[in-house]
Amino acid sequence: MIPELGHFALILALCLAIVQAIFPLIGSLNNTPGWVNLAKPAAMGQFFFLAIAFAALVQSFIANDFSVLYVAQHGNTQLPLVYKISAVWGAHEGSLLLWALILGTWTLAVSLFSRSLPAEMLARVLAIMGMISIGFLSFMLFTSNPFERLIPAALEGGELNPLLQDFGLAIHPPMLYMGYVGLSVAFSFAIAALIGGKLDTAWARWSRPWTLIAWVFLTIGITLGSWWAYYELGWGGWWFWDPVENASFMPWLAGTALIHSLAVTEKRGAFRRWTVLLALMAFSLSLLGTFLVRSGVLTSVHAFASDPERGLFILVFLSVVIGGSLVLYAWRAPDIPKGGGFSMLSRESLLLGNNLLLIVTLAFVLLGTLAPLLYEAMGWGKISVGFPYFNKMFVMLMPLMVLIMAAGPLTRWKQQNPDTLLKNLRLPFIISIVSGIIVALPAISGSLSAGIAVALSVWLLTTLLTSARQRLRNKNLSAIAHDIANRGGRSYYGMWLAHIGIAVFIIGITFVTQFDVEKDIRMSPGQEVSLNDFVFRFEGVEPKKGANYQSQFGTMRVLKNNKEIAILHPEKRTYQVQKKPMTEAGINAGFLRDIYVSLGEPLGKGDWSLRLYYKPFVRWIWLGGLLIAAGGFLAASDPRYRMKVARKFKPGAQSNQSSTVLAGNA
Amino acid sequence: MPRFIRFLLPLFAFLALATLLYRGLSIDPKRVPSPLIGKPAPAFSLPTLENPEIQLSQNDLKNEVSLFNVWATWCVACRHEHPVLMQLAQTGIPIYGLDYKDNLPDARRWLTQFGNPYRANAFDEEGRVGINWGVYGTPETFIVDKKGIIRHKHIGPLTSEVVKNDILPLIKQLQGTDG
Repeated sequence: MIPELGHFALILALCLAIVQAIFPLIGSLNNTPGWVNLAKPAAMGQFFFLAIAFAALVQSFIANDFSVLYVAQHGNTQLPLVYKISAVWGAHEGSLLLWALILGTWTLAVSLFSRSLPAEMLARVLAIMGMISIGFLSFMLFTSNPFERLIPAALEGGELNPLLQDFGLAIHPPMLYMGYVGLSVAFSFAIAALIGGKLDTAWARWSRPWTLIAWVFLTIGITLGSWWAYYELGWGGWWFWDPVENASFMPWLAGTALIHSLAVTEKRGAFRRWTVLLALMAFSLSLLGTFLVRSGVLTSVHAFASDPERGLFILVFLSVVIGGSLVLYAWRAPDIPKGGGFSMLSRESLLLGNNLLLIVTLAFVLLGTLAPLLYEAMGWGKISVGFPYFNKMFVMLMPLMVLIMAAGPLTRWKQQNPDTLLKNLRLPFIISIVSGIIVALPAISGSLSAGIAVALSVWLLTTLLTSARQRLRNKNLSAIAHDIANRGGRSYYGMWLAHIGIAVFIIGITFVTQFDVEKDIRMSPGQEVSLNDFVFRFEGVEPKKGANYQSQFGTMRVLKNNKEIAILHPEKRTYQVQKKPMTEAGINAGFLRDIYVSLGEPLGKGDWSLRLYYKPFVRWIWLGGLLIAAGGFLAASDPRYRMKVARKFKPGAQSNQSSTVLAGNA
Repeated sequence: MPRFIRFLLPLFAFLALATLLYRGLSIDPKRVPSPLIGKPAPAFSLPTLENPEIQLSQNDLKNEVSLFNVWATWCVACRHEHPVLMQLAQTGIPIYGLDYKDNLPDARRWLTQFGNPYRANAFDEEGRVGINWGVYGTPETFIVDKKGIIRHKHIGPLTSEVVKNDILPLIKQLQGTDG
């Protein structure tokens, strides 16, 4: 009964999506307020039925209803509750339902939090989101119904893929989908603005917070995915340039370009066509990712069960959405007025430069991801593009990006006097070069890469400090608090935080690749091995029973200066149903280093092959990701996006009081 | 160039991409006929990973129906294929490896870490032998019969299903014949 309710709710949600897509749009074009006003209730109703459908699938998993095919495939009575719930989005059909629910959530949020938006603009935005929803809901109902019955019912379920039975992966897809689907808001705003023919600074201002929030989720999702790969795959790597990872990285690159371009359009009215194109591109790349992952055209470690029929459906949908939006762009873009001009050296030109670099990176990633497909389609044979290609690309483009990025906040809009800029950059430049050289010295590290990384990070840090000094000059603490509380301030501090995140990230990736130490070794129980300053004492492996798996549970004591600092438990698990051996690394995490132990193979008489790692600064990779996300969040929370009526300022309150706290800095 | 064409460029780019994706749907990335099927295994002689003083050659593949698996430590799909090879090795079918464009310490670590399903591994640092075998990417797996003739090629990681449905039946059949 409950699965049928869920199925029925999905059908009703599709009906409401059709209403939401058609009537408000037509109403907005021929001025029929009654039709325009349908948008909000339709969006709410759609969300309501999607929530029911989702709840029905969750309930089917919790109740072990193996008469539902999807539950029989991926559920199991022995699964812990949290994985019964995360199994809902553990495979194709259910993850689509999650996708649809999240789209419904974003639609609801837009309809609730856009009171400052003109009614017909809101109607158009919701109509576009309704169209996207139609695509996904009919995809689900016609090719991938999660509520399909299995008769006769199975006695026991096929279990969630053991790789996904992990807390990180339980929350990774919802975060990632929040990001992917959130980009549909920016997309819909862009289409609505193109339909209305008004791409002005108001449009940029409405789009900005939504785009930022979506991008924050995407950042968190990617960071979580990388962290999961690190601790779960037992190989110590944190990014594999796998097609599915690339599928999430490409919208992120486009989204990063978009949030910067939107800033220019909002502040200066420039780059309008470029911004609108980026908004179309970011969401299109999310859809492309969906296609690549679910159609089976590329082989990936993450691949969902591939199915050409599904692939064709998504491709047609993709063509309608992306093709349609680009036709609209080609039709409307020539009439978009040019924004404010700017000179060769200005914040606009630097932002444009970095935008182009981001898009070049994106093009390389896209090319590398699709190259196997391209080679085969053209009959050139087969090719696999691996690590070296992507790493080389990244190592070449990243430093350029950082060089420009650091100068951005110190450069004025419209026109910048080169002499002043050079004067401001001189000290940061000297400090970063000197610190880079010091780090690269043979006595310190002897690594040129580490030197360059430190120089780049210090360059970012020092320029950001210079910029903050200029902003905070002659301000005391309460003035700074004002700055953060009021309009405009948080975008700046958000940028600051996110750029610091990049500096931290650069240190993390470079140091861990340059200085990690690993040792593969055969150990007998009681044996000791040293690695750097650490002594590892192997206590052996014993069988242990987990909730739904059998574990070979290892124990390793880690000592430093004869003091025990950690007891690690690397495991090998065999899950009951799928029998796949899973490695669980034993990790002692630290701010400056991780100690990472994973179990290899049993070698008889209690001996095991073991892999020991010392991974310096590896946490900085994810710390950087989180700082970037936090910066985005801070920027999105800027009150100027929410206030219809300007808050009353007390002019003078910020500047009259003399600054004692910051006098030393200024 | 007329002005409006510039604004159509994104659309053209997308159409090209969509055509490619459409072609992609009709191609199975895992199935490609190899011109080598039915021909003797290409000659090679390479030091083994396990002991560089011992050479592995195409002659070692003869006399028994064997698998010839091309892999590398930089290949993520190989990492996922590995447990399948481990299981396959337990059935007693000889598996020989070609460690393709790799480096020695990494490859040795891989085998101690994840287990060694191979009878022996040829270490093809430059990828020259891989070229003769028509290797485009890793992993790839060939079935070589008792006379050293290539009978089958699987592209992409072996999975339990592939092994059960394609590999094992063919091996059984080849083991039964004198050919």
